[in-house]
Amino acid sequence: MSTTLTPTSIAPTVQVEGLTKRFGSFTAIDDVTFSVKPNKIYGLLGRNGAGKTTIMQLLTGQDFATDGDIRVFGEGPVENARVLQNICFIKESQRYPDDFQAKHVFRSAPWFFENWDAEFAERLIRDFRLPLNRRIKKLSRGQLSAVGVIVGLASRAPLTFFDEPYLGLDAVARQIFYDRLLEDYAEHPRTVILSTHLIDEVSNLLEHVIVIDQGRILMDEDAEAMRGAATTVVGQRRAVDAFVDGHEVLHREGIGGLASVTVAALSPSQRAEAAAAGLELSPVSLQQLIVRKTNVAATEFEQSA
Amino acid sequence: MIEEGKPIFVQIAEQIENDIIDGVYPTETQVPSTNEFAAFYRINPATAGKGVNLLVDDGILYKKRGIGMFVADGARERLITKRRDAFRDEYLRPLLAEAAKLGIDPQQLTEMISTEGVSA
Repeated sequence: MSTTLTPTSIAPTVQVEGLTKRFGSFTAIDDVTFSVKPNKIYGLLGRNGAGKTTIMQLLTGQDFATDGDIRVFGEGPVENARVLQNICFIKESQRYPDDFQAKHVFRSAPWFFENWDAEFAERLIRDFRLPLNRRIKKLSRGQLSAVGVIVGLASRAPLTFFDEPYLGLDAVARQIFYDRLLEDYAEHPRTVILSTHLIDEVSNLLEHVIVIDQGRILMDEDAEAMRGAATTVVGQRRAVDAFVDGHEVLHREGIGGLASVTVAALSPSQRAEAAAAGLELSPVSLQQLIVRKTNVAATEFEQSA
Repeated sequence: MIEEGKPIFVQIAEQIENDIIDGVYPTETQVPSTNEFAAFYRINPATAGKGVNLLVDDGILYKKRGIGMFVADGARERLITKRRDAFRDEYLRPLLAEAAKLGIDPQQLTEMISTEGVSA
């Protein structure tokens, strides 16, 4: 008999406090605190080696924290069946038994996921044109990723992790993934945590964004709040410098007499002021914003050099 | 359809407003559901919901429990009034600023507008 933990709408699905993970002398996760609210799609974003996968492994009880506290559905996840049966974790490189064919994966999935929807899985198999009777070892990289994506979607786990789920998936297959995720999420709301490098592709799907850099949380914000959180001001160097004086400058570059400076959000009156000064304003995408924010050291280096 | 640098929910609200002004959704008709907007624009349903709720707060749409969202009485007229107020700031002032920069005087500008208006 399995127990489904249904959190109240206020209780966070994940609550992490002071979480630290060290591998020898290397600190992969450095004293992070955050929470994940139920039934939202989260983006866990950051550069390679930032600590995204480590956080997912800790939240899914696959690794032990060095320090700090993790609550998933209100309980510690390590060796806790009540928590783990409500989680689906799709890894970048999932391993399967050597003689497995794709159909064996989908046949055994209902044993682990009580919400498994076999019809939905079949539809996805058709969408991704996945050969069912081929040995997993013989599948292409993209087909292997498709197996993971199908399991992640059709399992409808209350808490689903996708860790870079689409290595080798072509643009068409990725669009199928995004479309099916949105459709199914709308019908069956659940908590999804998606880690990816393809920020521009997913930014509109996300409700909340957590950006990690070097094991620390750099941003933890509503995705909508981050849109329009920065603007790039372009124009004659002197006019740009005069305008951005007193603003928080995120990035600066220039060529000849032209300067392009990224600053924090502008009010409508400031925008009008910039237009009056003959400056051009261009929006900064979520991806650009994160590149700017996770690249601060390099920018400072350039400026001091 | 969705542009960068502007909150998506604001853009959703504006799209619905445009459709109300254009008569796509007349008074007392139902507008698409949050999930339909989300699927069409490929955005998070919560974001689409925020856009719809913006119009509910403004009294442009109202909710029929268990059925969906409907266009309120007088919504179109109120939207047109609001847009006319914004027209001066968003279109007229930039137009005059650019004209001044290029040395087009008000007289010439008036002529250009009349000519365009005839050919348009």
